[in-house]
Amino acid sequence: MYDVIIIGAGVIGCAVARELSKYDARVLVLEKNEDVCTGTSKANSAIIHSGYDAKNGTLKAKFNVRGNAMMDALCRDLDIPFKRIGSLTVCTDESQLAELEMLKERGEKNGVPGLRIVYRDELLQMEPHIADGVIAALYAPTAGIICPFKLTIALAENACVNGVAFKMNSAVKTIERADGGWRITTADGEYLTKTVVNAAGVYADELNNMVSERKIRIVPRRGDYILLDRAAQGYVRHTVFQLPTKLGKGVLVTPTVHGNTIVGPTAFDIEDKECTAVTAEAIAMVTEKSAVSIKNLPTRQVITSFAGLRAREERGEFILGEAQDAQGFYNCAGIQSPGLSASPAIGEYIAQLISEKLALNQKDVFAAARRDILDPSKLSLEERNELIRREPAYGTIICRCESVTEGEILDAIRRPMGARSLDGVKRRVRAGMGRCQGGFCSPRVMDILVRELGISMEEVTKCGGDSAIVIGRTKDGDKV
Amino acid sequence: MRNYDIVIVGGGPAGLAAAVAAKNSGCDSVLILERDSELGGILNQCIHNGFGLHTFKEELTGPEYADRFIRQAIDLKIPYKLNTMVMDISPERVVTAMNREDGMFLIQAKAVILAMGCRERPRGALNIPGFRPAGIFSAGTAQRLVNIEGYMPGKEVVILGSGDIGLIMARRMTLEGAKVKLVAELMPYSGGLKRNIVQCLDDFGIPLLLSHTVVDIEGKEHITAVTIAQVDDSRKPIPGTEERYTCDTLLLSCGLIPENELSQSAGVELSPVTGGPVVNESLETAIPGIFACGNVLHVHDLVDYVSEEAKKAGETAARYVRGEIAGESGKTIVLRAESGVRYTVPSTVDPERMDDLLTVRFRVGSVYKDAFVSVYFDDERVQHKKKRIIAPGEMEQIVLQKQQLARYPDLKTITLRIEQD
Repeated sequence: MYDVIIIGAGVIGCAVARELSKYDARVLVLEKNEDVCTGTSKANSAIIHSGYDAKNGTLKAKFNVRGNAMMDALCRDLDIPFKRIGSLTVCTDESQLAELEMLKERGEKNGVPGLRIVYRDELLQMEPHIADGVIAALYAPTAGIICPFKLTIALAENACVNGVAFKMNSAVKTIERADGGWRITTADGEYLTKTVVNAAGVYADELNNMVSERKIRIVPRRGDYILLDRAAQGYVRHTVFQLPTKLGKGVLVTPTVHGNTIVGPTAFDIEDKECTAVTAEAIAMVTEKSAVSIKNLPTRQVITSFAGLRAREERGEFILGEAQDAQGFYNCAGIQSPGLSASPAIGEYIAQLISEKLALNQKDVFAAARRDILDPSKLSLEERNELIRREPAYGTIICRCESVTEGEILDAIRRPMGARSLDGVKRRVRAGMGRCQGGFCSPRVMDILVRELGISMEEVTKCGGDSAIVIGRTKDGDKV
Repeated sequence: MRNYDIVIVGGGPAGLAAAVAAKNSGCDSVLILERDSELGGILNQCIHNGFGLHTFKEELTGPEYADRFIRQAIDLKIPYKLNTMVMDISPERVVTAMNREDGMFLIQAKAVILAMGCRERPRGALNIPGFRPAGIFSAGTAQRLVNIEGYMPGKEVVILGSGDIGLIMARRMTLEGAKVKLVAELMPYSGGLKRNIVQCLDDFGIPLLLSHTVVDIEGKEHITAVTIAQVDDSRKPIPGTEERYTCDTLLLSCGLIPENELSQSAGVELSPVTGGPVVNESLETAIPGIFACGNVLHVHDLVDYVSEEAKKAGETAARYVRGEIAGESGKTIVLRAESGVRYTVPSTVDPERMDDLLTVRFRVGSVYKDAFVSVYFDDERVQHKKKRIIAPGEMEQIVLQKQQLARYPDLKTITLRIEQD
């Protein structure tokens, strides 16, 4: 019997898993997809909010501010990039100044440090391409940017190294009461556990409603984004939000930790929990709205567009903790924005609740630190050549756009919780993430996956499941 | 730091022809750097025939055409490094490259020839709505999978874009037993060669829908269908014209982009029209000693013209190394593209440095029937040649004569125009 089964290997599930790996406990994570970070966690604004936005006294406010404060130490431990670039929430009308003041006050009550209203002259120094109509902004210096893939993967990997088991391709079918806990069934297995953590993103309502009479309903809210080429790097320096206007909610424009620029999101409530299709209207809307805050943003340099689903519960608040009528069943539901920012705090909180419930003991040895996949471009010429002498795979470039070497891809596949698909490699080392979007490197990455995993070309997938890249040999393919 | 007179970045048709020409012009210190495991570049996956009609007066396959140049390079004992990626080029012509055996190494070159070719415009840059599943390939990536790796991406195919690689792949996939349902082209004309439309689509009964585009992609994990709609004059989909086609493969052949990241690292000025370097009559970029040729300079329709252009780049680079192109004469004539002419390569001419005959290549922005290609020396029309058809998919050229230019000592601008009469 497991002590804890966590359902869902998004950033919340993985944050809970890592916190629980500090205790002597049998912990299993069940994930319906082939990799961690494949749902809401993979498609969002990739920002760490300061925490002024959520209403005073809400869980969103509390966990956002706490999560933000935890981020430096966590990212140092996990060896992943996190940059506190600060956010600017801009307004374009005198009548909105009061609203900026209100947000500042709200933020201060939430415990957000350093909030300040900046006016056009100073704003222009901070953000030279700010739109002409912008008159002032709320500056939040603690806001930051992060790579959600790297964060989630690092949390999972570190949890795994510290003893948490992960089972992929394991969608949960049923959860029932069992002696001393819960029985969970998947397509190919049955698991007994003392406690369950529901971190199932847009499906968290379905799981909760299997065990609890206190029904919840998650209505996915789709957000469409466009991502700009790194050639546009430096055009925008902060995360620039817009105050909502009569014309609706604005979009944000922000750099990413990898030097791209992200613009979005839209907000469409939808029924289909898998519908991450982007629409033409959404792309046009995002592009148009960016002009409210940023002048002449080079949106022609788009390299991809994508949509993510916010796991929004009808009431708009996080649902955290043990279900009142289902002892040992812990919800992390309704985790929409600022979920990514709050994730370390949610992990800490849920692990705390469960450790008290099960009277878990802290481990004597917990390996908090982890080394990220080596980025050879950060080495000196001498160091790099020494590395290539030792491991020649670091001398072969596979992805030309992002300069990713074979050595990095091998590391991404071989390490714990390693990549199993093209997208898995892409999210770990960025091969295929650049301006040609895998046109050049995907056949080469496929060859490496075949070699490393001992599978056939036909078994290589884009993202597991039904996403095979090729269907079989050509007529003379065997002679190749 | 190693030293070479001429370093050539790319061992495809452009790089090879440039290397052979440089060596034949008396330059003994030439090095080709190639990122793939073989010389020949993209020609290695172009197993269809139709290459070399101009250069060799016979029809060769891509690999055969490449082999003619590879053999010349080997016969001339031109050194080359395979599996070697150039990481950086400095304005001072220090080339940083990397491979498994040598690690990362620096070469000081007296001249650099850029011959990196081009890449395909990916799905993301096209803003096609819908899901992002497996089964969507740029046509060239599919061509590599089929012709080099020997694997089929699928058997029910829709192609967006009528670039030449897409047309070639329509035929190739059909010959491999796949059903190619249609080729949709956003523009009211094809971006490919007429002969490819005839031989790859018409001969196999594959419909080409002009002024059509993909407006939706279905399939969460793997593509299952696309919706095609007609577009209006401003290329916006017309509601009510949507038609859904089931498919397991979507190939994209929507334009090629010269691959100039390295040129930019060297500070080379790029043309916003071609995406390639701005060059003078010697195919020299704005950075002295850095030359460009082939698809990195502007996307060609026929490899024969790539070879011809690259030969010239090799020869002028060799002359540069010998100090024979010592600065400009100070008389620079600007070439202007107007009225339907999108660009010219080169962009400027030095009337003293130019060869006796200078080929100026260009493309047009739409289809013209029974129109004239005109050349103006300032305000005087000096050439006026009628063409039955001029199309964006086919590269055009005019020739300038040094003798003629000499008769216009005060000439400032040469303008190319398409004229109806």
